[in-house]
Amino acid sequence: MPSNKLLENSNEAAIKVEGLSKTFKLPHEKYTSVKSIFVNFYKRKRTYELQQALKDISFEIKKGEFFGIIGRNGSGKSTLLKLIAGIYTPTKGDIKINGSLTPFIELGVGFNDQLTGRENVYLNGALLGFNRKEMNAMYKDIVEFAELEKFMDQKLKNYSSGMQVRLAFSIAIRARSDILLLDEVLAVGDAAFRKKCVEVFHNLKKQGRTIVLVSHDTVQIERFCDKVAVVDKGKIVQISRPSKAIEVYDELNKDEETDRSESRMLKITKSDEVLPQPGYKPVAIEVTDKDKEITITLPFRLNRDLPEDTVAAVTIEDEDAHTIYAYATDHDNTKIELKNAGKKQLAFTISNVFPEGRYFVDAGIFSKDRAITYLRLDNLAKIGCRGLPQKEWLIRAPTKLELK
Amino acid sequence: MLRHAFSKKNRTLLAELVRTDFKLRYQGSVLGYAWSLLRPLLLFLILYVVFVKFLKLGKGIPHFPVYLLLGIVVWNFFSEMTNQSLTSIVGRGSLIRKIRIPRWIIILSSSISSLINLFLNLIVVGIFMVINHVELTGTVIWLPLILLEVYVLALGLSLFLSALYVKYRDISYIWEVILQAGFYLTPIIYPLALITNITFQKLIMLNPMAQSIQGARYSVISHQTITAYQVFGGGWYRFIPFILVGLAFLGGLLYFKSQAKYFAENI
Repeated sequence: MPSNKLLENSNEAAIKVEGLSKTFKLPHEKYTSVKSIFVNFYKRKRTYELQQALKDISFEIKKGEFFGIIGRNGSGKSTLLKLIAGIYTPTKGDIKINGSLTPFIELGVGFNDQLTGRENVYLNGALLGFNRKEMNAMYKDIVEFAELEKFMDQKLKNYSSGMQVRLAFSIAIRARSDILLLDEVLAVGDAAFRKKCVEVFHNLKKQGRTIVLVSHDTVQIERFCDKVAVVDKGKIVQISRPSKAIEVYDELNKDEETDRSESRMLKITKSDEVLPQPGYKPVAIEVTDKDKEITITLPFRLNRDLPEDTVAAVTIEDEDAHTIYAYATDHDNTKIELKNAGKKQLAFTISNVFPEGRYFVDAGIFSKDRAITYLRLDNLAKIGCRGLPQKEWLIRAPTKLELK
Repeated sequence: MLRHAFSKKNRTLLAELVRTDFKLRYQGSVLGYAWSLLRPLLLFLILYVVFVKFLKLGKGIPHFPVYLLLGIVVWNFFSEMTNQSLTSIVGRGSLIRKIRIPRWIIILSSSISSLINLFLNLIVVGIFMVINHVELTGTVIWLPLILLEVYVLALGLSLFLSALYVKYRDISYIWEVILQAGFYLTPIIYPLALITNITFQKLIMLNPMAQSIQGARYSVISHQTITAYQVFGGGWYRFIPFILVGLAFLGGLLYFKSQAKYFAENI
């Protein structure tokens, strides 16, 4: 139970994380069937990628602290929270928890669409560790706080998302743990409800409860947190007061914008027939309005003759991952003769129809029905188009004008 | 350990999960819970007409219809519980990924739903027994123990299968085939006496399901039922079915325990 005692010795750690690492094994092809094990065992091609989500993290959260964790998508902040909550098991390292901990990281866990609001309150309460008697005692408060008196006997599927969050939040704040974990909570709800939440947060703080809030909303973080950790690429890059941490976080976001191609990694899919050029590095192509054409080259090594109807293809994506251009040799019946093993190079020349911006190129060689990928390079080149009109359209198609 | 396992918190959660399970199971169906009785009864009716009326099985056995029904009910419990537990961990994936609750509670809650169904079905068996003028003897006290044996077996298999299913989704199809085979390899629709080869009889009775179904029939319906004790003539291998149950439970529990840590990331 929280008590004022916590306020007195606020130097005591509530959560202590030491040398924490988490590695996920990501199979290249998910083996969810027994057949695939045998097939792949036979082929001796059991490939998987080790993704290190967190790398040797250590930090401490003091009792009574309102602690924020901030980071970009995929930085590892949610993994960190799940590890603290005990949902994931650490690969290495240790997490010491001093006091009781809410078991959930998201609001409305276990909510079922087919049950009524009332039934969901009891189910959710049970997940938090309340029995029927205790729930009966606080049921009225929960419903009142959520302002859903009239809707409790309706099925949850008829609730709006805002209503669901309100209900979930009102139950969650009844949890009597010393430490609360919350992942992106206040995103939904109208202004009046948000104000209520703020009051609740202040109350929780006053009671000396420790709260860990994961978010990428800097406004929320600045408003509530005493201390903030910035997570990037699986590491904590900063722990400090919110204002300083947000500066660091904003800086990271800027880096990402100016260098987004780094997050778009070169990905190579190869086969026995065609291998990529060893040590291939993505190229940066700079284009201005003077360039009429853009040439994209795909170097490779051919090991075996390929059928006559083999297809070469290229696609170009913009920064928002929309494919804005695609070409394959079977679109216009162009034949490519991939015979005689050895080093080769395919060059695609495309007219420069792109407005100002940055683009990412994928190219590859496939069988006619696309069932076989001989070679595929994702993000093999990055195009920067400059000196062109701002991007207000997708293509600058060459246009002829005639006055009649 | 065990005290922690059945702490007040876990008991509350278990009760709530079972309640939800029951509410949701027959939602949107007109007959609702009646289906949990109707399903085995309809199956019984089909088997009864085909095997008792057409093929004249079970002639020498007194109260054969009730004898048949009890076998179906016990087998049905076993197959329903393992089938439902099998998908229960994956089915509750959203819960497992977002909240720290003991994973075994999910298996236990689905097993309790099946147990409740079993008791409802046993009431129906009781009614049939009255209609059929079956005389109860003192051996009826063995029934709870025999049902406990079936439950422990099903629980062990449920733990094992549900953890395996997280990794390999083929398990549900494989288990379906095994259950189908098990249904025919267990003397449910035919009396064991029909198998005249004593070696085959012995082999069949090594199966804990065969041993327990025959045992249940012996204790409740008719002492003319051939039990494992009689088949093995009191030899030491009459204990094999029980050893198998113990192994299934222990193996299932250990495998589940080793895998449970990684459910959240593997689902």
